[in-house]
Formats: sequence, C-alpha cells, structure tokens
Amino acid sequence: MSIQVRLSLSRQNFHLEVDLAIPARGITALFGPSGCGKTTLLRAIAGLEPQAKGQLQVANTNWQDENSFLPPHRRPLGYVFQEASLFTHLSVQRNLEYGLKRLPATQRKVSLDTAIGLLGIGQLLDRRPPQLSGGERQRVAIARALAVSPELLLMDEPLAALDVQRKQEILPYLESLHARLNIPVIYVSHSPDEVARLADHLVLMENGGVTASGPISEMLTRVDLPLARGNDAEALIEAEVAAHDETYGLTYLDFPGGRFTVARKDLPTGTQVRLRVIARDVSITLEQQQGTSILNIFPATVDEIVPTSASQVTVRLLAGGVPLLSRITRKSAALLELTPGKTVYAQAKSVALLA
Amino acid sequence: MILSDADITALLITLKLAGLTTLILLLLGTPLAWWLARSKWRFKFVLEALIALPLVLPPTVLGFYLLISLGPNGPLGSLSKALGGSSLAFTFTGLVIGSVLYSLPFVIQPLQNAFAAIGDRPLEVAATLRASPLDRFFSIAVPLARPGFLTAAVLGFAHTIGEFGVVLMIGGNIPGKTQVLSIAIYDHVEALEYTQAHWLSAGLLLLAFLMLLLVYAVNRRFGMVQR
Repeated sequence: MSIQVRLSLSRQNFHLEVDLAIPARGITALFGPSGCGKTTLLRAIAGLEPQAKGQLQVANTNWQDENSFLPPHRRPLGYVFQEASLFTHLSVQRNLEYGLKRLPATQRKVSLDTAIGLLGIGQLLDRRPPQLSGGERQRVAIARALAVSPELLLMDEPLAALDVQRKQEILPYLESLHARLNIPVIYVSHSPDEVARLADHLVLMENGGVTASGPISEMLTRVDLPLARGNDAEALIEAEVAAHDETYGLTYLDFPGGRFTVARKDLPTGTQVRLRVIARDVSITLEQQQGTSILNIFPATVDEIVPTSASQVTVRLLAGGVPLLSRITRKSAALLELTPGKTVYAQAKSVALLA
Repeated sequence: MILSDADITALLITLKLAGLTTLILLLLGTPLAWWLARSKWRFKFVLEALIALPLVLPPTVLGFYLLISLGPNGPLGSLSKALGGSSLAFTFTGLVIGSVLYSLPFVIQPLQNAFAAIGDRPLEVAATLRASPLDRFFSIAVPLARPGFLTAAVLGFAHTIGEFGVVLMIGGNIPGKTQVLSIAIYDHVEALEYTQAHWLSAGLLLLAFLMLLLVYAVNRRFGMVQR
C-alpha cells in the first residue's frame, strides 16, 4: 500500500512538479526551505488546489487523474492547518463534532472520545475558541481532524505558529498519535528537530520539485544530500530497550551494531526507541580505546568520506549495517588514512533519546 | 388622536413596503453578495459599480427611468400587461420594484463585506471536514456573516422607509395605495399642518435612531466575542 502522487501546478513565478511514491503508513515529512512548494503540494493532495493536474492515488483509491477530480469534501482525509483555524462561532465540542456529524456511521473508526483523550482536551469542550491558548487551539484542531477517521492525515507545519514551550506541549501528543492510531500522516515542516523526532520517511523538496525521498535514517545519513553535510548533521538509530542497570542508573539499548548505554529511562524492556547521534559528537579511532570515559563505542566500517568545509569532512560509517555520521577534521582523516571499507571504531560522546 | 386615519394608513403602507423590500433584497442579495465576495471574474467591478449606482444617483433620475419602464409602454409595464396585469406605474408593486433597486447597495455591500471578511480558510477547513459547498455556505459562511446580515437588513429597511424621490416619481401620491410616510410629511408641511408633520417626523427620527442603535450594539457585542 502506498500513496502515488504525480501532480503539477503552474503559477506565476512558481512551478510545482512532483512524481512521488510514499508509504501509506507512518509519518512522512515534506521538508525544505520556505517557498519550495511543500504547502502547495499538501494542499493539492487535499484537493484544495483545483488547478493541480495529474494523478493521485491513496491506498488503491483514485483521488484524481486526467479525467476525474474528487473534491476535497469527498476525500477521506484530515487536514491540520498551520493556524488552528477553529470555527469561532462554535464551541470546542461543536468544532469537534462538525466533521464527525457529516461522516456516515459506517466510516466512523476513531471515536470522539478517543480523539479527545489522545489530545488531552477533555476540560476544554465547553469553551469557545477565543478563550483557548495557541497550543490548546492547535490540539483541538488536530482532534477535529482525527474525528473524521481520516485514511490520510495531512499536517501543514502544525507547530510553526507556536513558541518553543507550546511546541514541547504538543509534540508528545503527536508522538502518541503516531503510536496509537494506524493513520498515515504527511507532515510539512522546515524544522529538522521536528522531522527527527516524528518522521519515518522523508521527502526533500526544493524549487517546486522533489530532490530525494526515502526512509528517514537513510536520508539523514546520505552524504550526497545537504542534510548530512550541514553543521547539525545527525544519524537516527532505531533501538530496543534491552536492560536497566540499577547500580549505576543506566539503560542499555540494543541495535544491530551493538549496545548503547544511556542515563536510565523508565521504559519497559522491549520498547522501541529512537536515538539521535549528532555527527559532531562522533569520533573515530583505529583501535578500540581502552581507559576512556566514553561508553558508546562500536566497531564500524567506513562507507563514504565527503569534504564539508575547508577543514572538515563527514564520514559515513556502518555499524552492523546501520549508518552513523562522524564529523572530523580533514587532517584527522588523513592521519588515520581513512578509506572506504576500512574497519574502525566509532565513539559517540553523547546520545539523545527521542521517544 | 393626533394622527389621522390617512397617516396611519401611510405608516402601514410604509412598513409593508420596507418589510417586503428588505425580504426580497435579502433573498436576492445573499447569493449575489456571496458570488461577488468569492468570484475572481475580472469584470466583476462593472457589476459592482452598477449596484452602487443608487448611492450617487439622484433618486428622481432613477424614478424617471423606472416610471418609463414600468409604464404601459415600458418593458416591465408591457410584460406585466402581457401576463394579465396592469401597468406597474402608480401601483404598490411598482413601488416595491423601485425600492428594491434603490436600496440594493445598502443590502449588497454589508453582505459582500461580511462574506469577504470570512476569508478562504474557514471554508477550506469545512471542506476537509466533509462539508459540501452548499453545506459550507449555510453552516459556516452564513453564521460567520451574521453581523453583516443584521446591518444589511436594518440599512435596507431604514433606507426604504426614508425614500422620497423614487416613490414620488413612480408611486404618485395615492392615499391608501402608494402614499408613504415621507410623502405624507411633505403633504402636511405643504398644508401648513405642522403638528402632524412634527409627530410623523419625530416618530421616524426615533425609529431610525433605534434601529441603528441595535445594529451598533449587536455588532459591538459580536465583535468582542470574535476577538
């Protein structure tokens, strides 16, 4: 099951041309600079840009092709706009019910209570939109979109209009939504942080076109893409909680390349977690270091080396097949005689647990 | 009783005319204002200028052309006769037609502004929540434009009550049939019946003020809820 998008749209000074297949599960992030066409693409998928021509298939259903165009209200989707856009003449409760009431009973899969519970808005139901904070409004807007039991949830930078604190307030809800509901999400963002935390699949956009698309961990570590060359280059690693060390207050996380040690997290063993390892925090040694304070050391092979500035290189490593990035000086790379295929040890100074 | 029977009749005719005119204008004006607010047609401005014409045109000019077209040889008059009616000049029906045209901008413009102020977003949100275009109009556009409807209704009603020139041209001044308050006042003044003229004038003044008071009070309250 996948989502096939082949759409084009021409406006003055702007041309969108997209040919893309994305998985119909998990969160797909559309990522790119402002003006690259991510929002326009999302709106076209929703049918809000009737001038967009082409083909759109979601899970084997035709939403649009050369001869037919399903209007937005007939597409089984949910849409969360950048600003919450609640209906000001309706209470929170009636905002939530607006779409639900228009949905045939047989199509109701997400109950109103589930949506309310997932977003934690039970106390707000009798309020009017102007009485809510920005974060609360956006949570209501997300619940309202979920209440129509969408087959595809489209989110246009739902956190962009909020300050850092509000973002932190909403992110956990988005993560739990990901874990609890089996609804594919297309998420527009220009924040690398949000993408790293939420996305499973990444679509890079530029100038109205798609430059690359693939699973997030692969995309972040592809040295031919700007992400891996940037100053904040990072690798995401899916790991599983293996054990806890009560004596030292540590948690062990296993991934195919070995075992990470992090500060104790209250998670049951077997939980799938996502780790972020920043390229600047990864150093390379030829022999396994003894007598070091660093706990996270993994045997790895050098996969690729690309210069990222006059003095620096980014090295792509594979630890048990899992890509890691290391940012070191060009001089170190020369002294260590790093070449693709060489066996080395990667040391991660710090590791962040994302969810 | 200070008001004569003729005055009472003129009052009733005036209220009936204003009420009917407002009703017709709201029914015709709502879809037209909606279209004007939403359409991106490049020659829309021509239509907008045409609708605004009664704002600047001397009422006697509008009345003159109406008299000709409503009369027995005019297009509307002959149409009415062909349908088995009579010429429309000097009839209550003629007055209604004249009033609808004369008060058109006073109903269209507040409605158009109210619809335009809603913007695309709430309607797009409603579309992604399964609402069809007609459903969106009634469940989103109309409630959000509520202050505009009140303003349009009150202005249309009050403006029709106040019209003089058009009525005089096409309605004549037939007591019990086409004589409205503003003309009754004129007659009283001509006959030097200042007491009656005072009562009717003060009554209209008060009515006009109360209606505007209602509009401004409601719009203020609504405005606060919106923010």
